[in-house]
Formats: sequence, C-alpha cells, structure tokens
Amino acid sequence: MHLQPRLILWVASGGVLGAAARIGVTHLSPAPAGFPLATFVVNVVGAFVLGLLLQGLSDAGPDQGRRRLARLWAGTGFCGAFTTYSSFAVDTDELLRAGQLGLALAYVAATLMLGAVATLAGVAAAGLRRRRSV
Amino acid sequence: MTELLAALAGGLGAAARFVADGAFTAFVDRRGGSVLPWATTLINVTGSFALGVVVGLVTVGGAPSAAALIVGTGFLGGYTTFSTASFETVRLARQGRWRAAGVHLAVMVSGTLLAAAAGLSLVAAV
Repeated sequence: MHLQPRLILWVASGGVLGAAARIGVTHLSPAPAGFPLATFVVNVVGAFVLGLLLQGLSDAGPDQGRRRLARLWAGTGFCGAFTTYSSFAVDTDELLRAGQLGLALAYVAATLMLGAVATLAGVAAAGLRRRRSV
Repeated sequence: MTELLAALAGGLGAAARFVADGAFTAFVDRRGGSVLPWATTLINVTGSFALGVVVGLVTVGGAPSAAALIVGTGFLGGYTTFSTASFETVRLARQGRWRAAGVHLAVMVSGTLLAAAAGLSLVAAV
C-alpha cells in the first residue's frame, strides 16, 4: 500500500493542506511569554480531529475503499502534517537551553496531557454521532 | 512564496512518513512483529534530530531562514506528527495495556528531545 504512487500522492495532497493550515496558525498566534502556543494549539486540535476521524471510520466499517482513502487523506495526510513532533521537541530543548525549566516542563506536560484528552474527546465524539444515527 | 513552498514540502514530508511507516512496519512484521507501534517513534525521532540540525544551521551557522521554513517547518513538520503519536498511546491505554502506553509515551518524548538536542549540538560542535 505504501508503495503505490497514487496513494503516496493522495497522502501528499492532504499533507499540503495540513501543513498550510499549520503555517497559517503560526502566523496568527504569538508566543506569549515564550510559550510555543501555535505548535501547542495545532497539536491538541489535530489530536482531537484524528481521534474523531479514526474512531468514526472504524465504526463505519473495515478499512477499505473510500474509508481507506478518507483515512489516508484526512488522517495520514492532513492531520499528520497539521500536527508536528519535531517543533515540539526542538522548542522544548531551546526552552531548556535558555534555562526556562518550568516553562519547558509546563509545555511538555500540557501538550501530552491535553493531547491525550483531545484524542479521547475525539473518540468519544465519534461515539456520540454513532448513537444519534442509530 | 516561501510559505507556499513550505506547504508543498509539508505534503512531501507527509508522503515520506507514509512510505517510511509502511516500510518499517513491514520490516518489523517480517521479523515476527512487535507489541508496540515503533514506526511513528522512529519517524518522530529522526525528524526531531533533523530539525535540530536545521535550526542549528540557522541560529549558529547563519543559514537563510527561508530554507529553514521550507525544510524545517514545511518538510519536517509534515514528516513528524503528534496526532498519530497521541492516538497510539491512547489506544494502548484503552486496551488496558498501561505499561505499553507508558513505554510508548516515554520513549517518544525522551527520544525526540534527545535527538533534537543532538542535532542542535552537532551543528554547534562542527
């Protein structure tokens, strides 16, 4: 699957939009008191969207056909490129290097905890939609 | 223009992640599989190291910041991902595999932080 040129392009097209949206958020949001707010926001929002998407798709049926295409475009492509781990790691290291230990710890803890909460919220939201549609 | 190139590079990064994830997962499966999803960890650790190098080249080496936006924010931002990492940890926890979830999270965080620091230091040392 990962070697099919059409699927690779398909993932890339979702990725272009996801990266563009992330870059857009970076422009909109400042870094108050050195806190990397933009990366924090895209990661938490993206975690929610991916939880909603993957749970919704797996509730709808097996991973094939249109469902697989939706997962690859919106999940692997868009959410994958909208969220990022490399900036999270480098920004944290730079806070540590600047002696901002408290801020670095707060950034890591907030990202990981709210990221997990957002993922769970997305999964739960997919469940609510399911119960309504029954 | 730089932003547009960065977005396109982000798509390329996502495609690279898709291929690397598939190839690495196939490699692990041929060796009998693993109880943990290692592909995302490998991708995020290598991408964090690379971004450390890119940021180091700009801050220490004086490389142009447009290149950093395209390669760093664009390509490596698209290549590495937080949403899948979070989903994998949560899925392990929801399956009641708390130890695996803890290991997955701890290796991901410490691995990416160490790799990014190594990348930053490498440029400073050269």
